[in-house]
Formats: sequence, structure tokens, C-alpha cells
Amino acid sequence: MRFVLRRLGFFVLTLWVALTLNFVLPRLMPGNPALAIIGKFKGGISPQAVKVLEAQFGVGSHQNPVAQYFSYLGNVFTGKFGTSLTTEPGASVGRVVLDAIPWTLGLVGVTTVLAFILGTGIGILGAWRRGGRLDSLMPPVFVIMTVVPYFWIGLMLILVFGVKLHWLPYFFSYDYTLTPAFTPSFIGNVAEHAILPAFTLLITTIGIWILTMRNTMITTLAEDYVRMARAKGLPGYRIMLDYAARNAILPNLTGFALSLGFVVGGAILIEEVFNYQGVGYLLLQAVNNDDYPLMQALFLLITVAVLVAILLSDIATAVLDPRTRGAR
Amino acid sequence: MSMLGGYTETGETDAVGPVLRPASGGGITGARALRRMARAVRSNGKATAGAVLLAFFILVALFPGVIARDNPNAEIYPRSLSPSLHHLLGTTSFGQDMYAQVVWGTRPVLLIAFGVGVGATIIAMLVGVAAAYLAGAWDGVLSLVTDVLLVIPLFPLLIIIGSYLHGVGTLVMIVVITATGWSFTARQLRSQALSLRNRDFLQAAKVRGERSLYIIVVEIIPTMTSLLVASFLTNALYAVLFSSSLQFIGLGNPSVTSWGTMLYWAENEEAFQIGLPLWIIAPGLCIVALGAAFALLNYAFDEIGNPALRSARSMRGKRVKRPA
Repeated sequence: MRFVLRRLGFFVLTLWVALTLNFVLPRLMPGNPALAIIGKFKGGISPQAVKVLEAQFGVGSHQNPVAQYFSYLGNVFTGKFGTSLTTEPGASVGRVVLDAIPWTLGLVGVTTVLAFILGTGIGILGAWRRGGRLDSLMPPVFVIMTVVPYFWIGLMLILVFGVKLHWLPYFFSYDYTLTPAFTPSFIGNVAEHAILPAFTLLITTIGIWILTMRNTMITTLAEDYVRMARAKGLPGYRIMLDYAARNAILPNLTGFALSLGFVVGGAILIEEVFNYQGVGYLLLQAVNNDDYPLMQALFLLITVAVLVAILLSDIATAVLDPRTRGAR
Repeated sequence: MSMLGGYTETGETDAVGPVLRPASGGGITGARALRRMARAVRSNGKATAGAVLLAFFILVALFPGVIARDNPNAEIYPRSLSPSLHHLLGTTSFGQDMYAQVVWGTRPVLLIAFGVGVGATIIAMLVGVAAAYLAGAWDGVLSLVTDVLLVIPLFPLLIIIGSYLHGVGTLVMIVVITATGWSFTARQLRSQALSLRNRDFLQAAKVRGERSLYIIVVEIIPTMTSLLVASFLTNALYAVLFSSSLQFIGLGNPSVTSWGTMLYWAENEEAFQIGLPLWIIAPGLCIVALGAAFALLNYAFDEIGNPALRSARSMRGKRVKRPA
């Protein structure tokens, strides 16, 4: 219980730091860049939205920074993130963000689950047949994958499968001559557009699951209870799955909980490269357009997702593995 | 798991004291460790490959004019030429020589890599060792700051800062990536220093009446030489990846020629569609090669510092933080 409370306290603290960063950063920069931008839009948006912006960026000079800070915090907690200035002028930031979230959850969420399942499976096999072909192929591949920028892999896939071979589409999340509808042909079109970005994401994230699973399982394979199972003459697949893998999967499970937090903001550059209109793409749109309110809301969303996932994975670890409860 | 934030763990590395032998005195250990490393670089294949690659890039960054006489920015050639003897990689759609751009682009990338590598290591060292050595409330505060920074998603944060700054030049890039990226190493160094705290040679120094600063600088830090080298290499690698990614999305200074800004312009000009794939392939391969140099050296030092890894083929849970 104390452990959970401490993690909860840490969660609140980090959340506060992220909120404060959002408030302080524009004020720290030379000449408060937000000022000029917002000044331009003052006429075009509702007075209420102007108020939110004033607190957020310190545009209005009639309030001192401390008061601005508190009304900014108040606005965030009541869900007032202001108005998008340039990306979708006049639309509320909340709505613009909500439109983007499903695309990211669909693409990155599904791929994260897939990478976890595939990677864990390959890791189990790698450890089971230690030194086999699969096992010896992985280290060099993984070394290479740690140094290749994700977005560049995406670009190379576009070059080969999109531009040269014309096998797959690589722009946007569906053919935009179509009208979105729940018809098989439209859904098929969306799926087709998701293949290349999903594959990019898959090959760049799967390595970590393989490695962690393999490395933990190698230690459990050396345990006495595995030897015992062998001595009892149990079939190989039962020893592999029920004895060795089952006891080795905890790091991967907590890692999976963590990675869910990275779903929201974890594929920024991949979304950018494929012009896939999710959260990451929206963030870069906001950055390119100096749409500061939208940008801040997205940064907050990404951070909160990560923090919640960290909290959940901490709690999951405490629940699943009693040994960790006393630690730290 | 895409490690866009800094939430990472190198797992085992913390606990293992790499070049830790019962040390008699500070400075000697440091020098000896460095000499041992130099010897090891020659005998370890990965280390040699990494060192040769890195040396090559350093030479190119120091003397780009020797192998590329063209001005990388001058838009003076026919546009979109295919590779030829005059233009080894062809020209861009602006009429710049692509080969000259790749060669001259090495310098800013290396500056960022070394700047961040050294800067982040120094901050991490001061924070981590101070936290471990001073203990108590100091440790509480410093560790908390480290942990908070560790979980804030680093790449989005860099994007936000970059967007306020409008065009991040080389120096600012170094400062920003250093300021946000040191926490990971600080944590490692703290656990290493913690494991040292009750060693005899530190007790002896305390009994001699040495000041804390002296003990930290002369007694503790030299025993961490190999961890510091590893920290330099890791941070340099991430600096290459982070800065190239930021430049790719247009947050660098677009008039400074570097690999990331080349990719930015290439993407802007739709290099694939207009038949200039080399504009994207060449700078990307350079990033990969320079990253590989740092990564190979890092893996090699791991093996050198931790003999347990040498026999079995090393394949350790290296969790990495990377741009998305």
C-alpha cells in the first residue's frame, strides 16, 4: 500500500512538472514567441478563448504571472485548452485532438499489441533453442536496429514498396477520394494504408520484446523446477510454456503496460513520414503552424499517457510480484 | 516499445562494477583503466570497427574541404543531376552538390554528438555521484529531479522547445539535448557510487579528513572511468538520433548543412517522386554509420568491462531511448 501511495505521489509530482513546463517554457524563450502569434488571432476568436490563451501564455498584461499560473492550472483541470489558432482555426483544441486520437490508437495500439505477442513468442523460442539459427541471428540485427532512425526505415520502405514496386499506398490513412463509411471496401482501404506504417513500427519495436523475454527465460530455464519437469518426462512444449516462459514473462508484461503509454506519442515521426493523421502528425502540424495551444495540449496528452502507464505498470508489478513491494 | 521518452533502463549494467578492482588510490586507477581500454580496443573486433569508423568521421569533420571541394550550399549546378564523376552523388533539386553536402554535413552532427556526450556525462556525474555520496535529503532531492526528468517524454519535449525557438542551431541543439537527456546516466552513476560508499579506500579518505569535494573528484570518479566512457558513447548516439530527427522535421536551422537538414529538404522536395532517392539514402546511411560507430564501441566496452559477457555471445537486455 505504501508503495502504491508513493508511486501515486510521484505521478502527481511529474504531472505538475509537465503542466508547469507548458506554462514556463514559452515565457522562458526570447521574446515569448506565443505573444506575437496570439496577438494576430485575437480578433478572430471568442473572448472566452482569448481569456484561456491569456492565462496560458501571458498575453494579457493585466494579470501578474502567479495569477496567470493559477488560472492556467484551473483551465487545464476544467478541460479548457483553448482554441486551435492555425491548424483548424477557431475549433476547440479538445475536439481537434479527439479527432486524431482514434487513428493513432488504431495504428500504434494494434501494432504495439502485435509486436508484444510476436516478440514474446520469438523470445521464448530463441531461449528454448539457445544457440540455434534464430538465436544467433538476433544480436547483430538488434545492434543495427538501435542505430537506424525509425523515420528513415519508414522512408526506405516507402521507396521500395511504394515508389518502386507500387505495391502499397504510403500517403494518408485512406484514399481521400473515398468518403469515410463503415463499408468493407472503405475498411479494407484503411487497412491497406496502415500496412507500411504498421510494419515500420513493428520491426523497430519488436526487438526489445524478443531480447527481454529471451534473457529472462534463459535464467528461468536454469532453475531447478525446470530440471524437475524434465526429469518427470513432461513434453517439451509444456516445459517451455508452463514452466519456463510463464515464470519469465513478468518483465515483458510490465514492459507492455509501459509501452501502452507510448502508444499516443510513440510514433510521431512515423505518422509524419506517412502523413498519417494521428496525434503525432497533428503535433507536428501544430509545430509547423505555430499553433501553440494545440501543441501544448498534445504534449500534455502524450505525457499523461506515459505517466498513467508508468503508474499502472508499477502497480501491476506490485500486485504480480510480491518481492517488489518492499523495495525502493 | 518505442522509447520516445527517457524511461529506460539498461538493466544489469548498474549493478556490475565494470573495471572495479580493489583500488588503492584514485588517479592511478583512472589512468590504468584508460590504458586497459586502449589495449582492449585493439584486441576486440567490435571495438576496432567502431574506433575506425569514428576516426574516419572525425577526420572528415575536421577536413571536409580536402575530399569535397564544392561549396555545399552553393546552388550553382544544373538541378537534379544523376551521380557522375563531377557530382559523385548527383545534385539536389536546388542545384547543390549532394556529395559536398554529405561531407560538410558531418561536422555539425559530430559537434552535437561530442557536445552532448561530454555535457550530459558531466552533469550526470555531478548529480549522480553527489546524490550517492551526500545521501540524506540531498540524495532525495537530486534523485527526485533525476526520476522526474526520466519519465517526461523526451522527444515531444524537444519538439516543443524547438518549436518555440524557431530554428535550433548547433550550439542550442547541444544545450537543449544535454539539459533534457542527462538523467538516464545520472541514475546509473548514482547506483554505481552507492555500491562504493562503504569501501575501505573511501573510509580511509574520510578518516584522513579529506573534504567531500576531494573525495568525490579524486577518489570516487576515477573508479567509474568505464561507466563514464559508456555514458559518453550512449549520449553521443542518442544526440545523433535526436538531433537528426529534430532537423528532419524542420526544427533545426535549415540553412546549416547537416544530414538531418538534408533529409528535411529532400522530404520537402519529394525526393523519391522526382527521382532523387540518393538525397534521402545517403544522409540516412551516414547517420546509421556514425550511430553504429558509437554503438559498436559501447557494446565492446560492455564486453571488456564485464568479462561474464565475453564467453556467451552477448545479447543483453539493452533498453534504449530513441526518438519515435
